[in-house]
Amino acid sequence: MQPPASPAVQMRSITKRFGALIANDAADFTLRRGQIHALLGENGAGKTTLMRVLYGFYRPDTGSITVNGQPASFSAPRDAITQGIGMVTQHFALALPLTVTENVVLGAERGLPLDLAAAQRRVQAAAQSFGIDIDPAARVRDLSIGQRQRVEILKALYRKATVLILDEPTAVLLPQEADELFRALRRLQNQGLAVVFISHKLHEVMAITDQVTVMRNGRTVNTVDTAHTTQAELARLMVGRSLTPPPARPAPPADQPVALRLDQVSAQDNKGLPALKALSLAVHVGEIVGLAGVSGNGQVELAEVLSGTRRVTAGRVLVEDTDITNADPRRVMQAGVGRIPEDRHASVVGEMTVAQNMALEHLGEFSPRGLLDKAHITRHAEQLITTYQIKARPDDRIRTLSGGNMQKVILARVLERAPRVLVVAQPTRGLDVGAGEYVHGKLLEQRARGAAVLLISEDLEEILALADRIAVIYEGEIRAVLPRAEADSQRLGLLMSGVRA
Amino acid sequence: MKIERRAAPLWLRAVIPLLAVVLTFAVTSALILLARANPLQAYYYFLLEPLSNRVSIIEVLVKSTPLLLTGAAVTLAFAGGFWNIGAEGQLLAGATAATAVGLQMHTASPLIAIPLMLLAGFAAGAAWIAVPALMKVKLAIDEVVTTLLLNSVALLGVSALLNGPWRDPISQWPQSPEIAAAAIFPRLIPRSRLHLGFLVAVLVILLLWFLLNRTTLGLQMRAVGLAPQAARFAGIPVERTLLRTALLSGGIAGLAGVSEVAGIHYHLIDAISGGHGYTGIIVATLGGLNPLGAGLAALFIGLVDTGSQSVSRALGVPVYLGDVILATLLLMTLALLLLQRYRIRWTRDRGAM
Repeated sequence: MQPPASPAVQMRSITKRFGALIANDAADFTLRRGQIHALLGENGAGKTTLMRVLYGFYRPDTGSITVNGQPASFSAPRDAITQGIGMVTQHFALALPLTVTENVVLGAERGLPLDLAAAQRRVQAAAQSFGIDIDPAARVRDLSIGQRQRVEILKALYRKATVLILDEPTAVLLPQEADELFRALRRLQNQGLAVVFISHKLHEVMAITDQVTVMRNGRTVNTVDTAHTTQAELARLMVGRSLTPPPARPAPPADQPVALRLDQVSAQDNKGLPALKALSLAVHVGEIVGLAGVSGNGQVELAEVLSGTRRVTAGRVLVEDTDITNADPRRVMQAGVGRIPEDRHASVVGEMTVAQNMALEHLGEFSPRGLLDKAHITRHAEQLITTYQIKARPDDRIRTLSGGNMQKVILARVLERAPRVLVVAQPTRGLDVGAGEYVHGKLLEQRARGAAVLLISEDLEEILALADRIAVIYEGEIRAVLPRAEADSQRLGLLMSGVRA
Repeated sequence: MKIERRAAPLWLRAVIPLLAVVLTFAVTSALILLARANPLQAYYYFLLEPLSNRVSIIEVLVKSTPLLLTGAAVTLAFAGGFWNIGAEGQLLAGATAATAVGLQMHTASPLIAIPLMLLAGFAAGAAWIAVPALMKVKLAIDEVVTTLLLNSVALLGVSALLNGPWRDPISQWPQSPEIAAAAIFPRLIPRSRLHLGFLVAVLVILLLWFLLNRTTLGLQMRAVGLAPQAARFAGIPVERTLLRTALLSGGIAGLAGVSEVAGIHYHLIDAISGGHGYTGIIVATLGGLNPLGAGLAALFIGLVDTGSQSVSRALGVPVYLGDVILATLLLMTLALLLLQRYRIRWTRDRGAM
């Protein structure tokens, strides 16, 4: 009865508020059958919220949804699943001790008893027909991240999904795994599946999608055919202005002394397994060294070693002539190391005020004879808030700040002491473009001042934009150190996946 | 209906203890009806009658004295991230040490005897918590279990003393001989039971407030309690700070034991505490881990405690009703503290959109 042209999904004028925050503001979205459709936007633009509305996870405040031309109203994901909508989030919902088959049929099969052998045959058949390469008998805990993602996709398809929502699927993948995912999506597309591809990575969007809907500030700003657009245009739509290319800057003088030296450093992760294996690296005065790598190759442990919160089992760490091997955080700071950690929330006391957090690392200076000088602490905070343009008051509890402002507090606390060495991990993760640019500007300022900056980041664009030299970490070893001029994402991608240069 | 996580607004935190009290009285009124009494009348005796005359007001303060101290001890421990469930045992240790000193003070002046007893009680409480504290800091052994278990050890230890070397030689009761007159706390009001211990307790509450809010050490203790990882990152010696928190907490609980021996009983009995250490947990929780809040909570519980005797006298209901009310109050407070992090949203029925 339906006209064949009716779209797979049509969302009209969807508005979703969370308290004072408008996550979706009269957003429209149309998904045709058999297309791969990018939902592009910065962090916080409302992409995930809009798709969670479609998946029945949130109820919209206003607006309507049709699926295959029929009005739909979902009060839970279960309703969306019966309408053929599946969603794979960044955080997989898999039971690790169970097998692929058990995970796939979990909740999808009705009645008892469960015939696992038959289920395994059905899952095997489904995997084959969808062209998904996975062993149905494997335990999920033994699978790589890329394989687990395939299990999630198979789960959705097994429940007869005709619309598949993928929320930043490549964020956790190696470049090679991403290519494999794209090939699988193409095959599924040819079988008539419609895919929503949530991303903020322009090159992926250009590579894989047929259409792009750009979101900004909760609104859908535009929908364009991928074939008729360019990365530059998409970037402009995304941020509402053109991205400025990183400013050209003079290379640091060649003969600067080494400020931070890691000499054959080994350390273990929380499970007691080797995380850093005789790692050596030097950062010179006035340069930014970018540490590139896929998440989980020792970056977290390295940052902790340099922060004084993880012990090394071998090797030495030197800041200029000071040996800070296994020094506690206080001595590490005294040696002139400033630390911007990956987990912002774990480096501040959320229930304490902005002013208290700004003073926490150097309480001695704010408390003659052990008594807190509250006026001094507040004055100090006011001054940093002005200097670093932080949108907060000294007495605000720091956990109420936005990610960007919290990061500025941490930056202010570190940079006001003009550290000789700066260890920075994922400094713009989760920040909007404005805050991200601010952080990048501050890092370049530190470099110009003569600080040695180690920038640990999983965002290659960030590393390529800032670093003078790029070190690639793989399984706790430095695989290569390249001058920026010799580094491109192709070559880095290979090194990051463990291919020896 | 949906339950969402969110942070509690500030005004709600202040309202929670009051709401807990109201809900508690609503729930316990059923029990009062079962005891064939009028709940409103009962609450009059619980809350208002003790405040109607000087004698019982003083009695409220007397009853509050050990609770101010154990409440302060638990408040400090919990605020500093050390889950001390052992104030009961530390109180007993303090009481034992105070008795040991007090028995030797027959020739001393009170100016020597009393400070010496306070010091000994504090040291004994700190020593009693030192083992769990060191096990926590050095071996990461959960202090909830170890501090709790040591309560029984302390009680058995006191029992052994009272049935052995300290058995009263005259009466042969399992109680120690009386401490020296010089060691007995002076009365604050003549011919009443209100003693120096109350003053000590109020002073401890005020000092604790000052420590936590005005000193570097206090800020470090709270940082360790709220976010140990962030505290370590900021260069605060987490283990050493935890150890200080624990020892100070144990010491304060020990003072409660000194106060009960030297202010009320004058000798050691095995019922010297009667659960003041556990009630300290209620005090600290009800007080929102704020020393001044704990002070108010201790006074309130002292009031209910006094009231439970007058209600029992006047209406013939069991005196245990007071305990039931306090236990219900703790449960209500804990439930509300948990619930404040969520809010319930009523959503329309499916299809109504």
